[in-house]
Amino acid sequence: MDITDHPAPAPGTPPGPYDPEAAFEDTIARDQRIEPRDWMPDAYRATLVRQIAQHAHSEIIGMQPEGEWITKAPSLRRKAILFAKVQDEAGHGLYLYSAAETLGADRADLTRRLIDGRQKYSSIFNYPTRTFADVGVIGWFVDGAAICNQVPLCRTSYGPYGRAMVRVCKEESFHQRQGYELLLTMMRGTDEQRAMVQDAVDRWWWPSLMMFGPPDADSPNSARSMAWRIKRHSNDQLRQRFVDMTVPQAEKLGVTLPDPELRWNGERGHHDFGTPDWEELKRVVSGDGPCNAERIARRRAAHEEGAWVREAAASYAAEQAVRTRDGVTA
Amino acid sequence: MSATNKGDWPLYEVFVRGKRGLNHVHVGSLRAADDEMALRHARDLYTRRKEGVSIWAVRSDTIAASAPDEKDPFFAPSGDKVYRHPTFYDIPDDVPHM
Repeated sequence: MDITDHPAPAPGTPPGPYDPEAAFEDTIARDQRIEPRDWMPDAYRATLVRQIAQHAHSEIIGMQPEGEWITKAPSLRRKAILFAKVQDEAGHGLYLYSAAETLGADRADLTRRLIDGRQKYSSIFNYPTRTFADVGVIGWFVDGAAICNQVPLCRTSYGPYGRAMVRVCKEESFHQRQGYELLLTMMRGTDEQRAMVQDAVDRWWWPSLMMFGPPDADSPNSARSMAWRIKRHSNDQLRQRFVDMTVPQAEKLGVTLPDPELRWNGERGHHDFGTPDWEELKRVVSGDGPCNAERIARRRAAHEEGAWVREAAASYAAEQAVRTRDGVTA
Repeated sequence: MSATNKGDWPLYEVFVRGKRGLNHVHVGSLRAADDEMALRHARDLYTRRKEGVSIWAVRSDTIAASAPDEKDPFFAPSGDKVYRHPTFYDIPDDVPHM
């Protein structure tokens, strides 16, 4: 484990009575990391469990929209890439469940909460993937937005969450690049392929902007999360960063982003852009998006159909443990 | 948290040696039914891009750990022994190789 996280007290520090709350506040104020067995306020723990679980669920549900295209990918190269990407999403989900478990959450319990609809996942995965161009646009927009969100989370105040994010970010770059490369390839193809790319861009742009959550004024928990340094930037700041980073990429690709209000504002040094349909975001988050029911049904089926495998593995392990104890060779 | 279902697997902590010459470093945890599965899952989860040449997987409930709230008394013995550090000793600047 990371011993640098536990500095020895400075020479001459009087022992004094240990005040866990002051130690927590002090750790945050000095921009150090909180570690699993440290004292932390109940609300800090609950906020993190909710955020990390929701993040983990998003990775796991996020396997579905693209997973549908593995069997239909147009070449062995694209199939292998998509396989690796979807496998990474599973890995990201598991890194995050692992981080949630350090807070006392239980992975099996979190999965039950997901399939019972008691915990949420990112609204973006409730949109359908209609064509293969959607696979490219998901890599470019959705993984690009995820990078905007996740890079600052590498420095989040909770150690295991930050370390999970470091691993995730290292892998996310491949996801974004493969998507953009896929789109570049299609843009060099036929008119029909170029139209497919534009259509996918038109459908995914606004939902991608919604990935950053509601505007700051309607995001009641943001201020507290920022005070605790769980979050480092507000929803609107991250959304702006995403727009600024994506506009030149769209120009290079030769597609139009579907926002008539989108233009460079030299005074602000940022792009101005239109307002996403926040009512749509509310509907999709509350369960009424195009694919909510389908995504959860699929996750539930995978979980239930896998139950016998988990049970068989557990009883095999129990039996082997008895044999080893009794000195019987398998 | 104990397993609540017969199909729930115990938690393992995973340590990976990045390359020869380095220590195994803690990278995270996973769930597995037994040691062998823990190693296979650790390989798939934590070394998809050649991140390691060796893996340890250890049942989380077998790890003994110091408690953070006894940090001060527990680590106090090292706090007042400044003479264990090389900077404690005054050596003239013109003494070479020291």
